[in-house]
Amino acid sequence: MAAGAASGGSARADTYKDARGWLLLPSWAVLGIFVLGPVCMMLIYSFLTKEFRGGVIWEPSLAAYDQFFFDRGLFGDEPPKLEWTYITIFWRSIWQAGAATLLSLLIGFPTAYFIATRPENVRPVWVFLITIPYWVNLLIRTVSMKFLLRDQGPLNDFLIGTGLIDSPIHIVNTNFAVQLGLFYSYLPFMVLPIYAAVERYNFSLSEAAADLYASKWTTLRRIVLPAVKPGVVAGCILVFVPSMGSFLAPDLLGGAKNFMIGSLIEEQFKGNAGNWPFGAAASMILLTMVLIILMFSARQQAKADKAGG
Amino acid sequence: MKNLLKSSAAALALSVAANAAAAEGKLVLYHWFEYMPQEVLDKFTAETGIEVTMDTYDSNESMLATLKAGGMGTYDLAVPGDYMVSIMAGEGLLDTIADGELANKGNIAPEWADPSFDPGRASSIPYQWGSTSFAVNRDAYSGDIQTTDILFNPPAELSGKINMLDSQGEVMAMASLHLGIPQCSTDREQLKALNAMLQDAKQHWASFNSDTAKEVLVSGDAAVGQIYDGFAAKAREEGANVEYAYPTQGYVAWMDNVVLLKDAPNRENALKFMDFLLEPENIAAVTNYAQYNAGVTGTSEHLDPALAAQPEKNPHAHAGEGVFIEVCNQETQAVYDQIWTNLKK
Repeated sequence: MAAGAASGGSARADTYKDARGWLLLPSWAVLGIFVLGPVCMMLIYSFLTKEFRGGVIWEPSLAAYDQFFFDRGLFGDEPPKLEWTYITIFWRSIWQAGAATLLSLLIGFPTAYFIATRPENVRPVWVFLITIPYWVNLLIRTVSMKFLLRDQGPLNDFLIGTGLIDSPIHIVNTNFAVQLGLFYSYLPFMVLPIYAAVERYNFSLSEAAADLYASKWTTLRRIVLPAVKPGVVAGCILVFVPSMGSFLAPDLLGGAKNFMIGSLIEEQFKGNAGNWPFGAAASMILLTMVLIILMFSARQQAKADKAGG
Repeated sequence: MKNLLKSSAAALALSVAANAAAAEGKLVLYHWFEYMPQEVLDKFTAETGIEVTMDTYDSNESMLATLKAGGMGTYDLAVPGDYMVSIMAGEGLLDTIADGELANKGNIAPEWADPSFDPGRASSIPYQWGSTSFAVNRDAYSGDIQTTDILFNPPAELSGKINMLDSQGEVMAMASLHLGIPQCSTDREQLKALNAMLQDAKQHWASFNSDTAKEVLVSGDAAVGQIYDGFAAKAREEGANVEYAYPTQGYVAWMDNVVLLKDAPNRENALKFMDFLLEPENIAAVTNYAQYNAGVTGTSEHLDPALAAQPEKNPHAHAGEGVFIEVCNQETQAVYDQIWTNLKK
């Protein structure tokens, strides 16, 4: 879908050039109230003084960012050093989200390709089947995942029953469980954009490549992948970004032992810490990182479009 | 646009007014999860015609955060633990119950009528009290469990199979007992030792989880779980071969209290509900469900006789002292927060 908007965007812009500006007001209002407003509030809060036990004092302060970047020891009176705690937490989140994205891509691409190559009348059924589990609340799905994976759960029972393993594999409360949880949570966000892109792909190009003695692998690599790349990129972004900020999977499947950014931020508002400016600052840093990633991928896309067209 | 704004403001005002009108005969309760039997609420509704809405939370801190982030004026009653009552009073979140407003106030057990966290019971009534310690699966370990070493320096059989409560207050209090240092210590060496001890203990822990503290013991995912006494009893009844420990170093005691919130939208109904919970029969029904202890006199005839005999309710002769969680000052709390983040980074 995102890919469609990108490729058809310029033609549509011409069509609506004459439309009067005020027709856009509702969408500006929605963006203003639901996007700009909260982000501005967060930005302001991140520069305020924290109130003990949650809340803010309306005095400007850089303390939140200072806490993020500088380590002043357990009692806050040592000379500042670079703070690794939060960098570690951010790095872990990127790593976990990256692994989940890769996993989604590995499973999601063949799935999307499979659906897009079915006869036209059965494709909606396949898409429907993909979305069914997502009618259930995310929390329930994450808890169910825990039930499936645990030491005495069906997966381990099955593996032991078949004689493949002797003692249960510990999956719950590991990083891998978190990755599996994220992968499962956001898989359709990978499948659907890729499906949309593959569906529009002109398969006579593959036939032409085969006629010219390209192997299947070469066709996939040099013809199909470049053509559906916008869908792949959109899918990766849609999985990666929410995975980074997730706190359900790390809490439930990872045992809440190691913070990810989402849990760190949650702790500032819901936990003992009660440090709202710091939570807001961590959110702003997360937002900035996501923006950089998005801008980077948009620039790559633009470059590729230029080179291609 | 202006008209649109005006009409939506009007619509908003209307819906607010409609809500206020519907508020007659309502009560909005903010409560812990799995802590209030539906029959008790149904009985209250049957007796008074007041409909009860209940939202739940899983820690004192998240309740405080919700109330401070705009939840005031939504809820009539909340059920904070002992130390949280004093924090909420200090934050000005509690309403005062005037003399004579509660007909059944005299039912409060004398030992709970004037607690340090709410002198004279100005804003609260007892809900349940009990202890927090830990339970050990006896199939996994048969040695001595009456020591905090089980949590912080466990024998090899239990290492990696421990679930801790995801609650700073409870973990820090237990850790202080383990080290034999006062809670909220301001002594730097003691705080450093606390930090180092927890860093070292973490390698033995499988998870931090409060909501599933009971389930992980029943399912066998954890062999040791930091847990409340009533939850341990429930885990045992659900088939887990667990024993609740009263460590010689001491354990955490607590009391949850129903408090009247400031700006309660249904203050009258809230007081009725408090009176209702002070009736021995009603609070005993809660105790029979939650398996803790009521702070009201005259409940004994309504209690399930099996409760009093429960091992979880009867500390052994060498058990340490039960201590309430203390409220740290801002400076020490900042260090506690740092230690907690270090633990979970």
